[in-house]
Amino acid sequence: MKIGVKIAIVLLLFSFLLMGLGFMHQYGVPLKSSMDDYFIKHAQEETATNNVVTSIVFDYRGFDTLGEASVLFTAVLGVVMIFREAGKK
Amino acid sequence: MKPMSKIVRTVAASIGWFVFVFGIYVIVHGHLTPGGGFQGGAVMATGVALLIVAYGGWSAEKCVRKERLPVFESAGLLTFILLAFGGAFLGVTFFFNFLANKGGLFGDTLPVGINPGIFNSAGVIPLMNMGVGMEVLAGISLILFAMFYGTKKVREGTCLADNEKKEEDA
Repeated sequence: MKIGVKIAIVLLLFSFLLMGLGFMHQYGVPLKSSMDDYFIKHAQEETATNNVVTSIVFDYRGFDTLGEASVLFTAVLGVVMIFREAGKK
Repeated sequence: MKPMSKIVRTVAASIGWFVFVFGIYVIVHGHLTPGGGFQGGAVMATGVALLIVAYGGWSAEKCVRKERLPVFESAGLLTFILLAFGGAFLGVTFFFNFLANKGGLFGDTLPVGINPGIFNSAGVIPLMNMGVGMEVLAGISLILFAMFYGTKKVREGTCLADNEKKEEDA
C-alpha cells in the first residue's frame, strides 16, 4: 500500500473525529439527570442499602459485576494454565 | 524464594492477621461502608502476598491450604450466580433483590434518609459480596502461588531447559 493511501485513510478517520467533536455536549452542562435522581431517591427503600454505589453495582447493574467476576475467573484460569507446567515437580 | 529478615517476619506475623480481619470487615460491611467483595478480597489476598514475601513460598504453602483455593473460587462464583438466579426462580427478573425488605435474613427495612445503618439489611447484596469476596481472595492467591512456582523454576533454569529440550525433540 502506498504511503499516500495510508495518510488519506488517517485523514479521513481524523475528519470523522472532528465531526464527532461538534456533537459533544457542552462542558459543565450535564445531560438529563433523571436516572441519577431515581437511584438517589429510591435506592434506600428499594434495596435497603445505605451504600448506593453497592446497590447499583450488585443490584441495578448486576450483569456488569457478573461479567467482572467471570473475567477474573477466566484470568485466573489462564494464569494457572500457563504456570501449571512450572509447578510440577 | 528465601524468607526475609527476622524484623520483616515479626512484623508480618503481628500485622498479617489484622490484614485478614480488615478484609473480612470490608467484605461483610460492603452494603454499609465503602468497599465490597472485590476490594475486601483483594485486601485478604494482600495478606497472602505478605505471607509469601516475608516467610518465603514454601512456608506460606504450609500455612495456606492451597488445594482448597480452586474450590473456594468456584464456590464463590457459583454463590453469586445462584443468588442472581434466585430472583428469576421466584418469578421476577434476573438479579432481583428477593430478600430485601422481607424480614428474616438481611431483610430489615432501612429508614429513608440519613441513618447510622442497619447491618441486617440489603437482602442478597451482602451474600453476593461474600461470594465475590471468596472468589477474589482465592483467585488472587492462586495467581500468587502459581507465579511463585514459576519464578522458582525460572531461577533454577529447569523451566527453560525443559522448553529447549522439547523444541529440540520437535
